[in-house]
Amino acid sequence: MEKTIYETVVEIKETDGLHMQPAMRFVDLANQFSCDITVSNGKDTVDGKSIMQITMLAAVRGTKLTIRAEGTEAEKAINALREFLEEQISDEKGQDKQENLKNE
Amino acid sequence: MEIKKGIAVSPGISIAKSLIIDSEDYRIPRRSINPSQRITEIQRVRNAFRDAISELTELEQAQDQTGGGRIKDIFAVHLRYLRDRSLRRKVTDLVHSESITAEYAVSSVLRQIAAHFSGLKDHYISERAADIYDMERRLLKQLLGHKKENIEHLSEEVAIVARELSPTQTASFNKNFIKGLATDAGGRTSHTAIVARSLGIPAVVALEDLTEIVRGGDTVIIDGNRGIVIVNPDDETIKQYQEYSREFIELEHKLDAIKEEPAITRDGVKVTLLGNIEFPDEAESVLQKGGDGIGLYRTEFLYLNSPTEPTEQDHYDAYAETVRVFKHRPVIIRTVDLGADKYTQSKRFAPEPNPFLGLRSIRFCLQNLTMFKTQLRAILRASVLGEVRIMFPLITNQQEMMQAKMILRDVMEDLDEESIAYNKDIQVGIMIETPSAALTASTLARDADFFSIGTNDLTQYTLAVDRGNELVSTLYSAADPAVLRLIRTVIQDAHKSQIDVAICGETASEPEYIMLLLGMGIRTLSLTPPMIPEIKQIIRSVNIENCNNVAREVLSMNSERQISSYLRNAARKILPEAF
Repeated sequence: MEKTIYETVVEIKETDGLHMQPAMRFVDLANQFSCDITVSNGKDTVDGKSIMQITMLAAVRGTKLTIRAEGTEAEKAINALREFLEEQISDEKGQDKQENLKNE
Repeated sequence: MEIKKGIAVSPGISIAKSLIIDSEDYRIPRRSINPSQRITEIQRVRNAFRDAISELTELEQAQDQTGGGRIKDIFAVHLRYLRDRSLRRKVTDLVHSESITAEYAVSSVLRQIAAHFSGLKDHYISERAADIYDMERRLLKQLLGHKKENIEHLSEEVAIVARELSPTQTASFNKNFIKGLATDAGGRTSHTAIVARSLGIPAVVALEDLTEIVRGGDTVIIDGNRGIVIVNPDDETIKQYQEYSREFIELEHKLDAIKEEPAITRDGVKVTLLGNIEFPDEAESVLQKGGDGIGLYRTEFLYLNSPTEPTEQDHYDAYAETVRVFKHRPVIIRTVDLGADKYTQSKRFAPEPNPFLGLRSIRFCLQNLTMFKTQLRAILRASVLGEVRIMFPLITNQQEMMQAKMILRDVMEDLDEESIAYNKDIQVGIMIETPSAALTASTLARDADFFSIGTNDLTQYTLAVDRGNELVSTLYSAADPAVLRLIRTVIQDAHKSQIDVAICGETASEPEYIMLLLGMGIRTLSLTPPMIPEIKQIIRSVNIENCNNVAREVLSMNSERQISSYLRNAARKILPEAF
C-alpha cells in the first residue's frame, strides 16, 4: 500500500477555542479514517483520535494547530479535518453546521 | 487477613461484606499491591471502564427520551473519554509501573488530567476539570462497590466502613441490612457510636486507617465487644467468630429473660429505666428490652431525613406513633437539637468558626420561632394520647428557659383559641448539659418540672474537649472529678426542690458507672434500648448501701484515672461476664 503523508496548519478562530464539544466532533471525524493522525500545537504532538489528548492540548482561540496524517486516505482526512476546523470557526454558521452534523 | 484495633462502642459481632461510604472530597489513599496482583488489578480497571460505559450509555439514552440536549452532549463527551484507549492505557500503565491498586491509579490519572485543565488560563477550558472529576467518581463507584450511592436501597446485608459517618448519612440507612459499623475516626460518644447502639448493631471506631485497608466487597468481622475489625478473615477465624457470636447471643438471651422483672436493687430500691430513641420504630425495641418509657426522644431526624422541613403533621405523626406504644408510660420529647454537627436541609447555617459554642439547639429554636412553634404545637396535640413531657436542650441560663416556656404558653393559647385539645398540665423539663446550668441548678429547678443530665455535652463543655478529636479524646471522661462534682450539685439541687432528675447521656448505659450514679442519688436512667437488660441486671445485683459507699469513695478521689479503675473493679465484682 502506498504510504503518503499530508500536513496542514489551521488557526483556531472560534471564541471558545477547541473545547469539549468541537473536540469531540473532531475526534469522531478523525476516527472515520484508518490513517494515523497527529495534532501538534508546536509544543506537544498528540494522537488526533484521542479525545483526552486533543482536549489536553487546550487549543484556545489563536492557537495554530499542525495536523498530520499518514497512511490510507491521508489526503482526504486532512481535507475533512481542516474543513471542519475552518467551518466551525465562524460563530453562527458554525453552530448551524454543528446542528446539521448532529442530526445526520 | 488483617486485624485492626480500635475502640469498641457498641456490642455484638457481625460478619458481612463491606460497603465503603465516602464523603464528597474523599481521597483514595495510595495502596501498594504485590506485583503478582497487577494482572487482577488491570482487569479491574478494564471492568470498571466497561461498566461505567454501559451505565453512562443507559443514562445518555434516558436523556434522549426526555430530550435534555445539553446534558446529553455532556454525557456524549464523557462516553468518548471512557472509550479513549489512551486514557485507559495511562491507568493500566500506572498500575503496572507503580504496583498500586486500580482505585488509586484511576484517581491519580484523572486528578492529574483535571489539574491540567484547572491550571489553564482559559476560563472555558479550565472549567472542564469538573467533567473529569465526574468521570473519576463514576469509575470509582464501579471499583468501590456498586451500592456505594444506594445506602437507602440496600438489598443484602453489609457492614458500613467509612472515615466518619455524619448524622445525615446515618439517617438514610436502611436499618434492616446494616449489620455493623466501622470508622477511622470517632470515640465512645461519637455519632456513629450512638446510632450503632440505638440500632443494636456492633460498632468499632477510631480505627485510624481502616478505609485504606478495606476494599468494597471485602469480608469484614466487626467485633464490637473487643474493639477489633478483621479484614478478609481466613476460614478458621470466621468459624471461631461464628461460635463466639453464638455465645454472645446466648448471654443476650439470658439477659432478655429478666426483661419482665423490675429494676429493683437487692435491698428493694426501685430504679426507672427509660429508653433513648431517635426513630418512632425504635419505641417497640424499648418495650421489648423491658424499658419503662422514653426518657429522651431525639427529634432532629425529622429534619435530617427529609429534603424539606417537616410539617406539623409530620411531627405529630411521629410522636403519636411512639406515644401510642407507651400508652400511659412517660414519653419525654426533646425539642430539636439542631446546629453544631447536625444541619437542617433547608436552613443551612452560615459556617460558624466554633459551632459547638455557636447557634445550636435551644438557641437556634429561639431564633427560628416559626419552626419551634410548629414542633411545640405537634407535641401538645400528641399530649392527649398519653404521658407526654417536653424537654428543652442546652439551657445555659434561666432567661433562656423562661423564654422557651413563654413561647410554649403562646402556642397553648393558640390551641385554646382553635379549641384543640392538649394536656394543660404537661410537664416541662430541661437538659442540664452545660457547666452554667449545673452551677445554677438550684435557680433553674424553681421553674422546671424535671432535670435530665446530658453527660456527653456536660463532659465536653466542662473539660473543654472535643469528643470527636482523636488527638485529645483521651481527656474526655465523665469520670473526671470536675464532671462528677457538677453532677452531684445538680442531683442535690433537684432533690432540694423535689423535682425528678435523670441521667440521659451515654454514662447511663456504661455498666461501670451504675453503682456510682445510684450512690449519688439517681433513680432514673435513660439509655440506649439494647443496653437496658444489662443495666437492669447490674441494678438487680447491687444494694444501695454498697452504691453509697462507692459514691463516697469516688467523690473523695482527685484523679480521673484513679476513679475509672476503681469503678471498673467495683463493677467487675458485680457482673463479671459483662466485662
